[in-house]
Amino acid sequence: MKSFTYEKVSSPAAAASAVVSNSNAKFIAGGTNLLDLMKLEIETPSHLIDVNGLGFDKIEPTSDGGLRIGALVRNTALAADARIRRDYGLLSRALLAGASGQLRNKATTAGNLLQRTRCPYFYDTNQPCNKRNPGSGCAAIGGVTRQHAVIGASDACIATHPSDMAIAMRALDATVQTARPDGSIRDIPIADLHRLPGDTPHIETTLTSGELITSVTLPKPVGGTHIYRKVRDRASYAFALVSVGAIVQRDGTGRVAVGGIAHKPWRVEAAEAEMPHGAKAVAAHLLEGASPTKENAFKLSLVERTLGAVLTEAKG
Amino acid sequence: MKFDTPATTNPIDQLKVIGHATSRIDGPLKTTGRATYAYEWHDRPASPAYGYIVGAAIAKGRIASMDLSRARSAPGIIAIVTAENAGKLGKGNYNTAKLLGGPDIDHYHQAVAVVVAETFEQARAAAQLVKVDYAAAKGSFDLSAGRDGAAKPPGRGDDQPDTTVGDFPGAFASSPVQLDATYTTPDQAHAMMEPHASMAAWEGDKLTLWTSNQMIAWTTGDVAKTLGLPKENVRLISPFIGGGFGGKLFLRADAVLAALGARAANRPVKVAMQRPLMFNNTTHRPATIQRIRIGAGRDGKITAIGHESWSGNLPEGRPETAVQQTRLLYAGENRMTALRLAMLDLPEGNAMRAPGEAPGMMALEIAMDEMAERLGLDPIEFRARNDTQVDPEHPNRPFSQRQLVECMRIGAERFGWNKRNAEPGKQRDGRWLIGMGVAAAFRNNLLMKSGARVRLDRGGTVTVETDMTDIGTGSYTIIAQTAAEMMGVPLEKVVVRLGDSSFPVSAGSGGQFGANNSTSGVYAACVKLREAVAQKLGFNSAEIAFTDGQVTAGNRSVPLGQAASDGELAAEDSIEYGDLAKTHQQSTFGAHFVELGVDVATAEIRVRRMLAVCAAGRILNPTTARSQVIGAMTMGVGAALMEELAVDKRSGFFVNHDLAGYEVPVHADIPHQDTIFLDETDPMSSPMKAKGIGELGLCGVAAALANAVYNATGIRVREYPITLDKLLHRMPDA
Amino acid sequence: MATVSFSVNGEVRALKLDTRTTLLDALREHLHLTGTKKGCDHGQCGACTVIVGGQRINSCLTLAVMHEGETVTTIEGLGTPEHMHPMQAAFVKHDGFQCGYCTPGQICSAVAVLDEIKAGIPSHVTGDLNAAPQLTNTELRERMSGNICRCGAYSNIAEAITEVAGRRA
Ligand SMILES: Cc1cc2nc3c(=O)[nH]c(=O)nc-3n(C[C@H](O)[C@H](O)[C@H](O)COP(=O)(O)OP(=O)(O)OC[C@H]3O[C@@H](n4cnc5c(N)ncnc54)[C@H](O)[C@@H]3O)c2cc1C
Ligand code: SF4
Ligand code: FES
Ligand code: FES
Repeated sequence: MKSFTYEKVSSPAAAASAVVSNSNAKFIAGGTNLLDLMKLEIETPSHLIDVNGLGFDKIEPTSDGGLRIGALVRNTALAADARIRRDYGLLSRALLAGASGQLRNKATTAGNLLQRTRCPYFYDTNQPCNKRNPGSGCAAIGGVTRQHAVIGASDACIATHPSDMAIAMRALDATVQTARPDGSIRDIPIADLHRLPGDTPHIETTLTSGELITSVTLPKPVGGTHIYRKVRDRASYAFALVSVGAIVQRDGTGRVAVGGIAHKPWRVEAAEAEMPHGAKAVAAHLLEGASPTKENAFKLSLVERTLGAVLTEAKG
Repeated sequence: MKFDTPATTNPIDQLKVIGHATSRIDGPLKTTGRATYAYEWHDRPASPAYGYIVGAAIAKGRIASMDLSRARSAPGIIAIVTAENAGKLGKGNYNTAKLLGGPDIDHYHQAVAVVVAETFEQARAAAQLVKVDYAAAKGSFDLSAGRDGAAKPPGRGDDQPDTTVGDFPGAFASSPVQLDATYTTPDQAHAMMEPHASMAAWEGDKLTLWTSNQMIAWTTGDVAKTLGLPKENVRLISPFIGGGFGGKLFLRADAVLAALGARAANRPVKVAMQRPLMFNNTTHRPATIQRIRIGAGRDGKITAIGHESWSGNLPEGRPETAVQQTRLLYAGENRMTALRLAMLDLPEGNAMRAPGEAPGMMALEIAMDEMAERLGLDPIEFRARNDTQVDPEHPNRPFSQRQLVECMRIGAERFGWNKRNAEPGKQRDGRWLIGMGVAAAFRNNLLMKSGARVRLDRGGTVTVETDMTDIGTGSYTIIAQTAAEMMGVPLEKVVVRLGDSSFPVSAGSGGQFGANNSTSGVYAACVKLREAVAQKLGFNSAEIAFTDGQVTAGNRSVPLGQAASDGELAAEDSIEYGDLAKTHQQSTFGAHFVELGVDVATAEIRVRRMLAVCAAGRILNPTTARSQVIGAMTMGVGAALMEELAVDKRSGFFVNHDLAGYEVPVHADIPHQDTIFLDETDPMSSPMKAKGIGELGLCGVAAALANAVYNATGIRVREYPITLDKLLHRMPDA
Repeated sequence: MATVSFSVNGEVRALKLDTRTTLLDALREHLHLTGTKKGCDHGQCGACTVIVGGQRINSCLTLAVMHEGETVTTIEGLGTPEHMHPMQAAFVKHDGFQCGYCTPGQICSAVAVLDEIKAGIPSHVTGDLNAAPQLTNTELRERMSGNICRCGAYSNIAEAITEVAGRRA
């Protein structure tokens, strides 16, 4: 871990000026991903801006019947919130399927969205990795790829996004509120937050330099049955091989987002039209253009089968 | 004490302390955070500096050049040791690859430098500044590709790579019912929770190492050999060990680098290997490819049994002896086994809990299940029909004890085996396909010389000193129980001191030989101490009793402590063994039962119930014995369902080299585990009449799971671990 | 370097530290409270679990300087060999450990888990998200899954926690 200076800020304005005056600064929230990567010098900020004093730790109703979740609300608190449990069960379920009790007590809403891939080659600094070291190549391609992406990947990177929470956020059509160093604020639909790797896998989101996530807003509840199925070898404390988050209405219509298969939460709105026709039809559409490796081709049938189980469960 | 005739009645048989479920005497220390592990001796060598290890970035080749300049000028740096400036280093008797690489690199993450700084943070940061340029060489990293070129490894004594009895090829070919199947087991990691760690302090040319090691005497010797010191100049202290499972049998890089770092820094240095380095830097259980052939008559009697195993290792490394149990476990007149070893440039393969039998039983016990099905026999009945009470290779050599069939039958009764539907894929509970599986458990009992010193003070306190280690096995407690039983004192009156090279040499912890041999060594020392006490107190009768803190003969009774009234009494002895292990085959037996569910849609496997029945000689402490067995069952679940060091066959390293990537079971994977110990005493094994238990519990578990998966789904997976991707394409529609 | 002060096991401790020092290393290397263990240093094992402000966290993935003014409880603060916390005593009684290296983390976690269930925090295996979670074996096992025990003491640990929970209920 490289040395860094540390400061704790108590207002977004102070955060902004800290970012502006330190060219290699990073925000730190729960620290559960950033410090992990700093220890390996995959992340090497020279200044850490602790945002835990910003007070973004409330969940408040919005004027149109939704909820605004502060960027610093801990994963445990978010999953346990009575309104989330009642109206956005998918989000509670996704959060509770992730990491461990200890990690969820620290992990924040913003940090969770911005956590980086668990690609083992990304984590091994001896190995070439375009995400860690642009232009160095991708050691995963042709290597051990059981965990990797089956769709939306590129010749530069086949990593997946590891977040469970983000899958639920995507299915719930959340929007991300941010503040930029110049004081401007904006709303980013969750669909637009994460990028596909393309030729620039090191650029993972559409956030600009120094942009601070302040909250994540959920639109008003859409009802339906909320199910999150996370498939993994180990029963807990493991990342998803595949996960399926779904909201299914009584007439069989609904929404589906899939985790563990792409560089971002994977949702194809057009595929959802097939939901009343069953998992096979949805999966065929959702996974159109997939190009798995030999080792991870199983994820295609796993998505279909898991979705099938989810739709069956939703029917009751 | 020489143990060369079967044990008769002795003081242990009183069973006043031995054999009772006794809480660990080190429990209060461990559960309150007061037990001191290797990295935690803050007061001993004052203010140690911190060492951080740099691992090689290639699997094979040479260091072309090394630039230490930036690291040297980093804040807080005290010293950097590399092969270039370390001085001449030897290689330990128990090491295959050298522990400090350079200029030649033998495997990925082999240590190439240790960076010593004032603080941990400084050392870690400076280690990143060590710049190494490598000239990589082509290596071999793929066992299946190396299989055909694998050679016959050299034999060692009775352990020969090839064995044959009768006419295996002929008998197999003419068997009416045959099985010829190939199984694979992956490379596995010990993944003990405490990383390899050591703290080193020099006084002149004398070295003290606070370390985490299972085998104090082996390692003391290898430290001396590696550093070119006389053995007397090396002191090892290792009273608490945060798990080993074979990974801490040997001297490893942490200890060597702490010692070299301390010498260079001229002050004490401590080094804990960082977790992401452990998987490639240290040893692992090597992968195997195993071919098993079994031929039987329609009566279910095995006529031919053959087992071949291929594994890989670095030059001078040993094969994984996965065929071991097949020489002994089942009857059959015509037999063969063979070991082949491929040269691989992966990290060093070496012992992990139950080497040989653990992977061997993973394969053999699936084969037995497959064979039972072909014969239309219940798998327990098939094993019972092929039970043998003698070594099948040497029929005049009986087993000292063998209750395999009893284990199976008793387990079947307790587990409700009769509720199993022999036809696979037929049991359903909601979204789960349910299956039951059984496998035999088998592991040899090994006899090793083991010594101890016992001291008596005037307060009647008995202190035991031996270099035996407690790696979670319960050594502290069973040794205290042994001394308490022998000297007739309550447990509270016994102090046990372990893991110090200044104590008498014991068997150490490995090969499930620790408990029986180390307690027998304590027994021997106590016999001597009893004699000394009797002499001191002027008892000359043979009918002398040590009970309740009193020494009694006839109607004279004296407090034990009185024997030490004018100074401590001490006695030292070792247990040594005669020929009983030659005349009698000593093994431990058991049966594993598993019930699990396979998700009909996702093929995720979740264990529902587990039972192990063990026949392993006298159970010295049912509490710690149960823990050994449930721990092994848990490791078996890992082996069956998730554990695999994933090899990058291009660059030659284990890719998933951390605890998130290398998955071991968590709480949610493990249901309540049931254990039964059969009443057994084995007079051939030792005066304790005990045998090993810690590895028996692992041998066969994974196969019981594999057989249960088959019973649940009708899908036979012969490549471990059994992960959902190996089932999915053959699963029925959900 | 930076200064920080927080309370550890009821005592206020002021430290001057490298900003890079994790809470775990502050406890182990600076305060010599080595009951809290380092198993992986990367959030992957749970051996470093401590209770901060009433919540269990992995002390290896948080910086010491981020805990100004907070309250930290470690295994040493729960009990001593002479006066064990009920959870510590239950671990001894049920042999819920072997090598002992994961044990302080298991015990801190177990203490916090019972509070979490009492506070109504759901888990991955909670059947009805809108009902209060129950203290079942499945719930305990899921909630304890962030604490790896390679010795495999899980079955006994579950019994130890169940006993303490029963006593408390
Ligand atoms: C062993 C292990 C297992 C895990 N398993 C899972 C799992 O199964 N599923 C899962 O989803 N996750 C899992 N996680 C990941 C975990 O959920 C994340 O580490 C966590 O959510 C990150 O949140 P944080 O607040 O700690 O982020 P930090 O580490 O503080 O920050 C992460 C990133 O976000 C940036 N950031 C933080 N806050 C802001 C803000 N307000 N505005 C802008 N940028 C910000 C930081 O600069 C940093 O780049 C696991 C982690 C570990 C260590
Ligand atoms: S898949 Fe992406 S993250 Fe992984 S090695 Fe390739 S470029 Fe790096
Ligand atoms: S040491 Fe913190 S989780 Fe392993
Ligand atoms: S007791 Fe050894 S890891 Fe849990």
